[in-house]
Amino acid sequence: MLTILFDGIAYGMLLFVLACGLAVTLGLMNFVNLAHGAFAMAGGYVTAVLMNRFGVPFLLTLPLAFAVPAIIGLVLERTLYKQLYARSHLDQVLFSIGLVFMAVAAVDYTMGSQQQMIQIPTWLQGRVEILGIQVGLYRSFIIAVCGVLVVALQFVLTRTRFGSRLRAAVDDPRVARGLGINVSVIFATTFAVGSGLAGLGGALGAEILGLDPTFPLKFMIYFLIVVTVGGTTSITGPFLGSLLLGIADVAGKYYVPSLGAFVIYTLMIVVLVLRPQGLFARAR
Amino acid sequence: MQSTTAETVRTGLSRRGRWGLGEIAFWLVAAATLFFLPERHLILNEIAIIGLFALSLDLILGYAGIVSLGHAAFFGLGAYVAGILAKNGITDPLAGLVVAAIASAILGFVTSFLVLRGSDLTKLMVTLGVALVLGELANQMSWLTGGADGLQGISMGPILGLFEFDIFGTVAYAYSLVVTFVLFVLARRIVVSPFGLSLRSIRDNPLRARAVGIPVNRRLVAVYTLAAAYAGVAGGLLAQTTQFVSLDVLAFHRSADVMLVLVIGGVGYLYGGLIGAVVFKVLQDVLSAWTPQYWQFWIGLILVLLVLAGRERLTDKARFAVKRFFGRFKAQRTDAMPTTSAREI
Repeated sequence: MLTILFDGIAYGMLLFVLACGLAVTLGLMNFVNLAHGAFAMAGGYVTAVLMNRFGVPFLLTLPLAFAVPAIIGLVLERTLYKQLYARSHLDQVLFSIGLVFMAVAAVDYTMGSQQQMIQIPTWLQGRVEILGIQVGLYRSFIIAVCGVLVVALQFVLTRTRFGSRLRAAVDDPRVARGLGINVSVIFATTFAVGSGLAGLGGALGAEILGLDPTFPLKFMIYFLIVVTVGGTTSITGPFLGSLLLGIADVAGKYYVPSLGAFVIYTLMIVVLVLRPQGLFARAR
Repeated sequence: MQSTTAETVRTGLSRRGRWGLGEIAFWLVAAATLFFLPERHLILNEIAIIGLFALSLDLILGYAGIVSLGHAAFFGLGAYVAGILAKNGITDPLAGLVVAAIASAILGFVTSFLVLRGSDLTKLMVTLGVALVLGELANQMSWLTGGADGLQGISMGPILGLFEFDIFGTVAYAYSLVVTFVLFVLARRIVVSPFGLSLRSIRDNPLRARAVGIPVNRRLVAVYTLAAAYAGVAGGLLAQTTQFVSLDVLAFHRSADVMLVLVIGGVGYLYGGLIGAVVFKVLQDVLSAWTPQYWQFWIGLILVLLVLAGRERLTDKARFAVKRFFGRFKAQRTDAMPTTSAREI
């Protein structure tokens, strides 16, 4: 029971790291980016390739799993995404679906369609018993890393100058620009960091979630659930949302496997119908 | 004042309702393919079905402004209903279509209340969620749907008791084309009616539409239900003509593809779905013959380029060119109706 809770929390934390970039682009910048999973996949593949072909240790690949998607994100944001901020949601949806299709086919072409295996280091394998609970070491590691990231993100958003500038730029880009804030630089940075975090999440989660070319499509719905159910006005909303989703998913798969993902989808619909602005957000 | 306004609107609508030369030509060409392209009837059949499916999406997206990522829910339901009926002995195709349409309409009616609230994003998620739930249901209820193996063993009776389906797909194509045409005429009639006019006003400005006394929610429910029924018929056609239904009919890529089809053809003038279906299928055929495994890459690229180039601009230009071309054949007339473009959706 507690082990399931623990696994659920680890899963939820992972989902949060994967989805928090989306929470910012979708929630704060109001851009429907269905291609977010592609960045996560990029991070996962960076780790997989570095480890399996070049023998780089797992931990050393993680910074690169952050950096490469971040750079890709930055380039795409500067060249393509920024032209679509002012467009309708339909345009954004179409554009990002197109990107997903391209990413899926491109990865399939270069890497093959099989599952990528990532061998986590031995000191992270296995389980230990703490206070009578079976605790997976790798999952504890994920919780620790993600926990640090959550705190750091929250700190940056609420306490630093960059955070307040970002929030200002999001609330009203025109006024923010008038006050001398370089909105486009802020957006680009945020987008890059969000993509990088997704990549990091993809790398960390490759062991748990699996990694193959259809990753962006398979987990797109999860990211969107996290963001829409959690509400999009803060970081804490998606965080709680992803924890809930993680625990519900793990518990659901354990106790009622025959229902599959049914429960989660139904819950999502119910939540969205009752509270379209999300569970943890105030109506605007 | 009142009566003259009503008069203007009435003449405007009836003018819009008149069939143009281009439209007649379009359907004549479509009918001609029945006789001149016999070896292509299987793919033409698919085109007709996808065209009808995209047409149904156009009704809610182009005319009511509801962004849906889960339109495959109705398509899939229609396919399964028609398939299961045929499997259990009710082999009359038309009866199957009617039941499929009714089932999808009921689902559309029930779920329409879910898309009335919230932003575009919420609508996207809810429609997507409905399709996913249905997909999951179809997967789990394998005693009814065949699960992952698909629904096999469908055998159809002759249409109207006269026309037996043949292996070249000629009868199937004729059947799909006729059904699509009939439903198209109906849809065309609906969108040039006052009802269609009120839908367009809701799309352009829901707040103002409500203020002038249009029952916004009721209209949206009605059109959503109608579009669901259309999608159900399209699904039913697919099940009947291919005699196979798989979980694929409810998959996400169906909803994405149909959106792409509609966007290629242009949103908000009914022909968009049909033209888009032709372009999409031909593209898919060419690309998958060229790179069987990776044709999705090129589809994605087309989608990205289309959006970046500005899809309304392209379709507006194409429409303008067509209008100019056919404009030479008829007397110039001024449109009394304020022309609404598909810009804001």
